[in-house]
Amino acid sequence: MSTSTSNAGSAAGSALRGGRRRPVDSTVKVLLVAAALVSVATTIGIVIALVQPTIGFFQQVSIVEFVTGTSWTPTFAQKAYGVLPLVAATLTVTGVALTIAVPLGLGSAIYLSEYANPRTRKVLKPIIELLAGVPTVVYGFVALFALNPLLQKWWPTDNGPAFQNLLIAGIAMGIMIVPTIASISEDSMAAVPRSLREGAYALASTKMQVSTRVVVPAAMSGIVAAVVLGISRAVGETMIVTIAGGLTSDRIVLNPLEGAATMTAFIANISSGDIPVGSLDYDSVFAVGALLFLITFALNAVSIRMVRRFREVYE
Amino acid sequence: MSTPPTTTTETRPDSSASGNALTQRRSRPGEVAFRLAMQACLLIAFGVLAALLTWVLVKGWNRLDSRLWTEMPTGLVSRLDGAGVQSALVGTLWIISLVALICLPIGILSAIYLEEYADNTRWYNRLLELNIQNLAGVPSIIFGILGLGIIARALGLGFTVITAAIVLSLLVLPVVIIATREAIRAVPQSIRHASYALGATKWQTVSRQVLPSAVPGIATGSILALSRAIGEAAPLIVLGAVTFITFNPDGLDSGYTALPIQIYTFITRSQSEYTELAAGAIVLLLAIVLAMNSIAIFVRNRFEKRW
Repeated sequence: MSTSTSNAGSAAGSALRGGRRRPVDSTVKVLLVAAALVSVATTIGIVIALVQPTIGFFQQVSIVEFVTGTSWTPTFAQKAYGVLPLVAATLTVTGVALTIAVPLGLGSAIYLSEYANPRTRKVLKPIIELLAGVPTVVYGFVALFALNPLLQKWWPTDNGPAFQNLLIAGIAMGIMIVPTIASISEDSMAAVPRSLREGAYALASTKMQVSTRVVVPAAMSGIVAAVVLGISRAVGETMIVTIAGGLTSDRIVLNPLEGAATMTAFIANISSGDIPVGSLDYDSVFAVGALLFLITFALNAVSIRMVRRFREVYE
Repeated sequence: MSTPPTTTTETRPDSSASGNALTQRRSRPGEVAFRLAMQACLLIAFGVLAALLTWVLVKGWNRLDSRLWTEMPTGLVSRLDGAGVQSALVGTLWIISLVALICLPIGILSAIYLEEYADNTRWYNRLLELNIQNLAGVPSIIFGILGLGIIARALGLGFTVITAAIVLSLLVLPVVIIATREAIRAVPQSIRHASYALGATKWQTVSRQVLPSAVPGIATGSILALSRAIGEAAPLIVLGAVTFITFNPDGLDSGYTALPIQIYTFITRSQSEYTELAAGAIVLLLAIVLAMNSIAIFVRNRFEKRW
């Protein structure tokens, strides 16, 4: 009896809301919130997974040695934990990849957005999206067994590229990132209003001038976001560098023709073997992982900001 | 351009002449070079990619027969002729079915919450959104570390099929959420208003009006997410899947291998027979992944409603 009166009371309070408070609806809402919290739990899980072993690592290795040391040899008898060789290799590979991916990706995007006729675009855009889905282990395979032999054969001087080297890993990674950069840049170029282009044509601009001085600057934040996303993918990419990038980490390798371990390659390599839980080697995986997480976190933050900016302008 | 228009009849040829002048200006050498350069970018980038994929096909051609899916992988070169990747293929099917079961409901429900229920002015909802965008950019190997530290060790699930499935589910969760949100957002407000006007509750409106209209977009996002999970190798390497497993998984707590991991294992062997088998397995993996992506893109282009 008492339940029915309280029901009547709330119904009288707000007849419209009464309908929404049916048991199904409130259960559903709890379920939805629970689902949404899974992604929060994931982030918290990542942070917890990284922090605890990382603290353990820094109790034995000083942060100064980690940040400034030029030798990373956890598996040697003479252990050294300077992360710079891994960072340098990561930067080299990323640099090579961007040198290839940015011009090719942007050029493809400009062609698709400004020059290609609509029918061509309709065919090419899905193909590009399709190619963005090729698994990275495939790129690693072709880098090692198809591209590098070619590079070694065509190399003009005697001291050519090694069996595994940073250059070939970077080239393969560049080819991998092109579809991503092309697709996102094309989206932001397509979002530039027609009126801007028509205004420029009315002022007697040529197609090239419209492309380079109107469309590209107007789509700049989307392009930057695409490039930053490309950097983020290159820094975090694992399979290509593990397969084709090499393993050296006892010194900083600046020559891209030599092989060297990137941060991701180190993590993948050491964890393919058996490492005892709680050992310094085990913890070093997490310390490098934490550094990688921080770097990509910063890059993602920049990218998210840029995308938001380009959405705000033209939507 | 030369003759100034004097009569109305002359305006027509004159305007076409000035049209010619415009097209002439467009075909100046610099213009042509720029256009060709842009076209070359597209051709080089995708030509190289196409050439590489063709090379893989040629390299693996001898292994593209029933051995690939009826035989087990082996670590012995002498037995390699009768080897395949059955355990990896079955492992991949196990993992991907579990990922679909775990990831799709959570992803779709999260997206419904964010689009239909969450109040965007609240800081916690904005944080939730930022968190998902950021997770989408976290390197996959970090998810492997999450799996190693929390799921395999702290939760005690070990290096099993279910651990791999959970890790890959969390990895592709943002893809499902973002795609589903976009599909839901594309459903016009007027549909919701009409439903409310007929006395429907919020959930009735969402489940009977909004979701059915958003199915093509959700399907596309889900298939793309699953195909990404199929191709991921890095998190599974951290989860210790790099061994020759010669049995098919028989339960959630079973050991496993998966196609991309098996390919990596073959690549790390130096003998050329392994390279050939790796190429064959890559063709199999690519066939699965590209077929799924094609279906996804087709579904989106064919069935998505334009309001």
